Amino acid sequence: MKSQDKSVSAMADPAVGEAGKTGDWRDLKPVIDYGKCIPSVKNRPACYLCWLYCPEGVVKAGIRVEIDLTYCKGCGVCAEECPSKAISMVREEKGHE
Amino acid sequence: MSDVQIITGNQAAAMAARLCNVQVVAAYPITPQSQLAEILSQYVESGSLRAEYVRVESEHSAMTVCISASTVGARVFTATSANGLLYMHEQLHWAAGSRLPIVMCVVNRGVGAPWSIFNDQQDSLSQRDTGWIQIHCRDNQEIMDSVIQAYRIAEQVYAPIMVCYDGFVLSHTMMPVHIPGANPVRSFLPPYKPHTILSPENPKNINPVLLPNPRMSAEGILCDGYMEMRYKLQKAMEDSREVIMKTSREFADAFGRDNGGMLWEYRTDDAEVILSAMGSVAAEAMAAVDQLRAEGIGAGVVGIRVFRPFPKEDVARAFRKAKAIILFEKSISYGYEGGLSSELKAAFYRTDIHAPVHDYIVGIGGRDVKARELVEAVKSSVEAIRTGTPEKHTSWLNCITE
Repeated sequence: MKSQDKSVSAMADPAVGEAGKTGDWRDLKPVIDYGKCIPSVKNRPACYLCWLYCPEGVVKAGIRVEIDLTYCKGCGVCAEECPSKAISMVREEKGHE
Repeated sequence: MSDVQIITGNQAAAMAARLCNVQVVAAYPITPQSQLAEILSQYVESGSLRAEYVRVESEHSAMTVCISASTVGARVFTATSANGLLYMHEQLHWAAGSRLPIVMCVVNRGVGAPWSIFNDQQDSLSQRDTGWIQIHCRDNQEIMDSVIQAYRIAEQVYAPIMVCYDGFVLSHTMMPVHIPGANPVRSFLPPYKPHTILSPENPKNINPVLLPNPRMSAEGILCDGYMEMRYKLQKAMEDSREVIMKTSREFADAFGRDNGGMLWEYRTDDAEVILSAMGSVAAEAMAAVDQLRAEGIGAGVVGIRVFRPFPKEDVARAFRKAKAIILFEKSISYGYEGGLSSELKAAFYRTDIHAPVHDYIVGIGGRDVKARELVEAVKSSVEAIRTGTPEKHTSWLNCITE
């Protein structure tokens, strides 16, 4: 038996995954070319415009930059903003949920 | 002990809000509500009401402030009229959808265009489907009593309430009003407990986008979809009848005045002709009934006090013996009839009430409604029904129509 929502008005607790696995919504996925990505090329924390612009907060600003594809909706803002054109949006393979 | 003061309807509403210890007031002045907003601002300024008075640039903002303050646990009050109420319309849905126990006085006024500052009930009746409870007051005492009751009802069912009273006819007319003592009101009205506590330690997204179907939260709780939330509001409104009736009875026990709960009756025990109305017209109908009875017509009044939730079972009982039902309404649903007429006839569906219902539109835009005009209308309807023409198109009383 699943526990039922008792709230009187609509509420949600801010949490990762609160809106479900939103990566399911994606048609295009971001693929990073680490040969062009500035933190990887320079080997130091720099740029991170993808992290700054990502509306979903799924970019991890490390060396290497990583994108959490479980929640990335594939909007392509990171690819648009990347000054070194390191991110390309690639069509997902057919058949994913 | 209560004392009696001779005050206007607006003064009664302001004193009631102060007795309820409201904590936030946000109101934008509009005739005929202005006096109420002014008195409350004086209370706050003088320190006799310890509340935050938020000055806003519009009625939309006034309701938004009330929503915000109520969400974080404050008891809030506002008031408006006519186009101000319509300007709030979107936020009225937000208040009800957020299930906030906001109490607002609607000082009924005709809606522009063309402009009128005078009374009818087109403003509140046009907000029928916003999810607000609507209480209509017949006199200044009932304004005082209804505001106090409204907080207790709203804070139990988590639904906002409009306490409606006729502009000028009540708002600016002085009548003797019993003023309850502060302590009895405090014991009648427990402190407001919000249904959700918002705090930095427990952050919430309030009113997120809800999808068509229920969804699983990150914590594994099945959360309502939009449709479930709408059903909860409807259920709360239907269930509020019991709370309204109980509150009315307990108010009568505590203060000695019974406002009747969902509706009230006057000389209906043996009445064959029942007059019905909301607000001050219903009070005028009592004077008309006295005159009709003096002329040998067995008439009575059923005053509809609560318009939403509509008192379906109560009207089926109150009108069961009627042989003729005459309605006097201060609003019109353009292209059909007065709103109360449609509601009443729907409530009679599959009951034994088959009496003719005659619907009179009266007092639009402040046109005076006199008891003797109601008497003449009732007599002409009774005569038409007696002589075999029970059907009557909605008619506009004391109005040049051709």
